[in-house]
Amino acid sequence: MTAIKHFFKTFFLWELVLGLKLTGKYLFARKITVQYPEEKTPQSNRFRGLHAQRRYANGEERCIACKLCEAVCPALAITIDMEEREDGSRRTTRYDIDLSKCIFCGFCEESCPVDAIVETRHFEYCGDVREDLLMTKEKLLAVGDRFETEIANDRAADAQYR
Amino acid sequence: MIETLQNLLSFLPEVVLSLVIITVKILAIVLPIMGAVAYLTLAERKVISYIQVRIGPNRVGPRGLLQPIADALKLIMKEVIVPAQANKKLFMIAPVLAFAPAIAAWAVVPFDEGMVLSNIDASLLYILAITSMAVYGVILAGWASNSKYAFLGAMRSAAQIVSYEIAMGFALVTVLMAAGSLNLTEIVNAQQGGVWMWFFIPLWPMFLVYYISGLAETNRAPFDVAEGESEIVAGFHVEYSGMTFSIFFLAEYANMILIALLTALMFCGGWLSPFQGIPVLESMFSWVPGIVWLLLKTSFFLFLFLWFRATFPRYRYDQIMRLGWKVLIPITIFWVLLLGLAIVEGWGPWFG
Repeated sequence: MTAIKHFFKTFFLWELVLGLKLTGKYLFARKITVQYPEEKTPQSNRFRGLHAQRRYANGEERCIACKLCEAVCPALAITIDMEEREDGSRRTTRYDIDLSKCIFCGFCEESCPVDAIVETRHFEYCGDVREDLLMTKEKLLAVGDRFETEIANDRAADAQYR
Repeated sequence: MIETLQNLLSFLPEVVLSLVIITVKILAIVLPIMGAVAYLTLAERKVISYIQVRIGPNRVGPRGLLQPIADALKLIMKEVIVPAQANKKLFMIAPVLAFAPAIAAWAVVPFDEGMVLSNIDASLLYILAITSMAVYGVILAGWASNSKYAFLGAMRSAAQIVSYEIAMGFALVTVLMAAGSLNLTEIVNAQQGGVWMWFFIPLWPMFLVYYISGLAETNRAPFDVAEGESEIVAGFHVEYSGMTFSIFFLAEYANMILIALLTALMFCGGWLSPFQGIPVLESMFSWVPGIVWLLLKTSFFLFLFLWFRATFPRYRYDQIMRLGWKVLIPITIFWVLLLGLAIVEGWGPWFG
């Protein structure tokens, strides 16, 4: 009996029909495509995008040039030079992140003791030449100044899990 | 329309006149095929993306309708690269050899009663002969490229097409036995009388064999080992770019349409209305021209091509050979014998 059943199943390509039924069902399923520039997917407040350097409320830059981020960076994308300022505090003279090397792992942000280097939720940036993707200290601080409220809100939302 | 043209150009000598008329007829067949090929590529991308729960191309023109034109423009403007180590003459001839048979086969295809470029009595034989030529284009392309991937693809494709040609030939033998003619118009007319007279019922396994062989002949998924993107990059046309590549593409899709159309003609009553013999519906749909039914049936089989591509994984090479030689050919031979008996004994409404 099973042999006969098997014969007819093979003869009428039954298994193939089952496969076609499955894909046929998906032909009419609701489509999940996000029409990107018009529609966007929801973003987590932990999104790791473009980097920024933050400042304290009084305008002083947070970074103390401890170089932990430079040490932890697995892609060797961060380069830091430092010197002592007249007031005796330790500050960077150079803070470069090469975005063409960066893998956006977020370790720099994790390692930073003063929450100076952060990754924002912005990812729509581009550069015509390689130099455009080399984030200098000035550029990073500018990004930080521009999105400070958003950055602060994202950190505050995540604070209870840290 | 042809008569008006004939009257308009009656001042021309007889030979020139018939030449002009034939050229016009050829253009009337080839240009719609080109358009159909272009929009078949869009249909393919759309159907496959819908099955994969995506939307597919929708940016060029309203709902992506101008996408094929954008693709064609891109391909025309791209550089044609001839590899340094390639055999240049054969490299350039190969796409032509793939494309010419794909178009030439349409010469004997009837689109409606009397709507055929050349109504020859051996049209089925002609189609079998001409479509077999296409494999030369593939083999030459693979060989002339002087590339290992292309060569592998060509070898696979040659073995596959030669194997399935036999099963396909036998399936066509049953069709001509059932119809008693090699003429495609006669074959369709032999299916007169309603859906139950169409050959896909008495020849059901042959219908499947023909369609499966058709998939294999056109190198379509799940028989696309000749291209095998994940194994040998693109098979026989890895080294081709721009216009030379698009000619292979055109040939493949023209062949797909041809196979779908032939399936409709030989097994599904061609231009005959599916409501023939049903009291009310027949008169309700009698105004629909036959070519519409033919094109609807063709579109259905084309849709099946796309549906299969989105559903089935690629056959392994040895499985393809097993299916071709050990399954399809024995079935066809058995059915030829059975059909002979059926015709002699006059079984059913078909052979009475």
